[in-house]
Amino acid sequence: MNSPAVAAPQSAPPPRVLWKTLLDSRFTPPIFITLILLVGNLSFGILESYQKTLLAIGVSIAGEMILGRIFLGKWPHPSSAYITGISVGILLRSPAYWTYALCAALSITSKYALRFRGRHIWNPSNFGICAMLFLASDAVAGLSIQWGNNFASLIVIWVLGSLILWRARRFHITAVYVVSFIALSLVRAHITGDPWQSEISPITGPMYQLFIFFMITDPKTTVRSRTGQCIVAFTIALVEFFMRLDSSIYAPLYALFWVGPAALLIEMWLDARRKRAAAPFATLDPAPARP
Amino acid sequence: MKRVSLARVLLTVVFAGMLATPAIMRRYASQRGESASVHTDCQSAISRYGFCFEEVSKQAGIDFVHEAPVLDPKLNGIMPEVASMGASVSIVDFDGDGWPDIYVTNSRIGSMNHLYRNNHDGTFTDVAAQLGIADVNRPGTGVSMGAVWGDYDNDGYEDLFLIKWGKPELFHNDGGKGFTRVTESAGLPPWINANTAVWLDYDNDGKLDLFVGGYYPEDVNLWRLANTRMMPESFEYAKNGGRKYLFHNLGNGRFEEISAKAGISSRRWALACAAADLRGTGYPDLFVADDYGVSELYLNDHGHFHEAGAETGVGFAPKSGMNASFGDIFNQGRYSIYVSNISEEGVLIQGNNLWVPEDGSGLHYRNMARDLGVELGGWSFGAQFGDLNNDGNLDLFLENGFISASRTQSYWYDFSKVAGGNSSIISDALHWPPFDGRSLSGYQQKKVWINDGAGKFEDVAQAVGVTDRYDGRAVALADLWNTGTLDAVVANQRGPLLIYKDVVAPNRDWIEFDLEGTGSNRSAIGAQVTLFWSGKEQVQSVAGGNGFASENDRRLHFGLGENPQIEKAVIRWPSGIVQTLDHLTPNRLVHVKEPA
Repeated sequence: MNSPAVAAPQSAPPPRVLWKTLLDSRFTPPIFITLILLVGNLSFGILESYQKTLLAIGVSIAGEMILGRIFLGKWPHPSSAYITGISVGILLRSPAYWTYALCAALSITSKYALRFRGRHIWNPSNFGICAMLFLASDAVAGLSIQWGNNFASLIVIWVLGSLILWRARRFHITAVYVVSFIALSLVRAHITGDPWQSEISPITGPMYQLFIFFMITDPKTTVRSRTGQCIVAFTIALVEFFMRLDSSIYAPLYALFWVGPAALLIEMWLDARRKRAAAPFATLDPAPARP
Repeated sequence: MKRVSLARVLLTVVFAGMLATPAIMRRYASQRGESASVHTDCQSAISRYGFCFEEVSKQAGIDFVHEAPVLDPKLNGIMPEVASMGASVSIVDFDGDGWPDIYVTNSRIGSMNHLYRNNHDGTFTDVAAQLGIADVNRPGTGVSMGAVWGDYDNDGYEDLFLIKWGKPELFHNDGGKGFTRVTESAGLPPWINANTAVWLDYDNDGKLDLFVGGYYPEDVNLWRLANTRMMPESFEYAKNGGRKYLFHNLGNGRFEEISAKAGISSRRWALACAAADLRGTGYPDLFVADDYGVSELYLNDHGHFHEAGAETGVGFAPKSGMNASFGDIFNQGRYSIYVSNISEEGVLIQGNNLWVPEDGSGLHYRNMARDLGVELGGWSFGAQFGDLNNDGNLDLFLENGFISASRTQSYWYDFSKVAGGNSSIISDALHWPPFDGRSLSGYQQKKVWINDGAGKFEDVAQAVGVTDRYDGRAVALADLWNTGTLDAVVANQRGPLLIYKDVVAPNRDWIEFDLEGTGSNRSAIGAQVTLFWSGKEQVQSVAGGNGFASENDRRLHFGLGENPQIEKAVIRWPSGIVQTLDHLTPNRLVHVKEPA
């Protein structure tokens, strides 16, 4: 849950007035997640505190600016770091301040420290939160409780989130995951003998709203092809299925932690193989350069 | 290029350091608490911490074991969870002999409650049956969840209000020689599924009133369920619990329910409540700790309440409130409020709340539980402030542990699966996976946090002898043997009643106050004593129930430390009379009658 679900434009945008700037696709996900946070907190007090969330956002943006300047030689756009910080603020549950700062710092630093062929392979906030759950389980927990208690708020978030993803042409990822989760939940209920409602229950909770709309659709850490994205979404649901049979409370986060980077590595390996295969022909018949 | 490479090396080092940070912090914390986590002998604990506890229930002749409710068979799958409360303890001197007695509740249909009369020799005798307050869990009337004592008719003897999932009961104390059931004549409702109640004189008319906080809705009969949609609609935002009641004492043995008129209207799931004058208005304010949601603070505007949880800071972040107790932990003449919640490593870290009043105009609280070291207490229930080592600072005794069953299998995964779901799923008991003998935060270590007086609490439970791992619910503090120390009586769910006798270093002094109202209610509930000694100041007030399902000794206990110089004690009675006591000497119980 780091980069916006909409890819950043390649060329510098022309001068815009404010409202056009707000419609900039890079701002859509930050605005959406901010709305979720504000409505959720004003209605239900979903945050541990504003201060902790602001701390996570601050550390995240500061880290991105410093590391981007050092390693990329430019000031990065803050929207990605903003989403990372806000995600940490929502998804992490801890009475301590240091955990929020550390989680945000780990998330951002992982983008620069854990790279393969110039590309970061972990979704930053997924990495940060999983690392904290692994390493600091005595001090933190994940968001495993409910926001509010009615379908109205749930439907609003799902409709808005779906529209934004549809516009960003990434709705299929979420759709495949949700359908897979529900189908596998029914299989799991059959295996365990537990009520099917209890198996479906998690996806009606807030952690999944963030997970399916922001985390698994992150363009920077998902594969490129549409088919590949669908396969990865299904694979995450499948790995989660097995983890849930093993009573893993944070199964979706852990599933993405393992499947996401693996999928990217496979994609890079396939790309390299394709390039190698195409190389002899390329020397004979070079493709025209892009403008 | 070289600069970027160096930066990359530095980045790797910093990143590795960040990954190692949690382990370093954990090691630091464990080293700090290492010495206090080892059980030592009593003398070593006394020399190190100034006190120790000895569990003496058997020597005292008490062999009570709590029996949990068995509810409608439709709930069988999750019976351990829904039947997880009912063990309670309240301290009362029911016969007015100057020695504290103990009343404990039982919660299976047909089981008996016990009233342990203090024999003045270190032993107790159960007299509940002969006095008529044992057989109170009869079929069709529900079962006991707690008890609070208050002299509602000012005849000099403490009367009993029995908190139940079922028919609430009021027993009049007939001169310490027996009890008469007066439920109907008092005008109490036919059924309340409550876990908490407190006696208070909310309008200072000299007659004790009664607040009762509902948990399950009052139209639910847990033994004959119409349907299984009786669970909370949310884990943190539930408002489908039982209603609240404020029974105004009319003075003729009757009570009038006036909660709506008095400004109290809530259907949150109340688990604990306590009353004290938090603003110095002379009227008791009411704090309610709610399960599945935020706490509520009802500020008393001369007999009318307004809810101020959000504006005072205590009612913003929803948790699982299970305790309400007040304590002047900084010796500043102001009460902090301790609310217990749930913390389970790696699953749910709510953290307990210690609400400390902030300086400045208006009443506003800040949660300082983490700063002071009293935040993590497992699946916490009852807690009490008291000076356990007589050093002049209030310490904190916390009970915890939810369901201890299988030692190897936990229900936490299934719990978190459903607790995060939509209301239509969570609110129906049939949607919850069966427990199948699994534990949920079971076998937990208790907490005895001693206050160093400089802003830190240290857990010394293991070192001072509180080593049991039962599912603790209620704890009440009392000087059971009139020795000037605060003993702890612990009620465990499905477990034995434990008596922790407090042994304190002999060089530490104390003073206790036993108040009797005349113009105020005779129990003196709401009376406030501020003691000034050796440059210190501490305030305590007489309570009609607090903690979780508990009531402390009515007498107020102050530890004084070594060689204290007592300056004075100022008593503010509910009637408004302010009385100053000079020339007090330590190590005695002071009886004070309210001046005319």
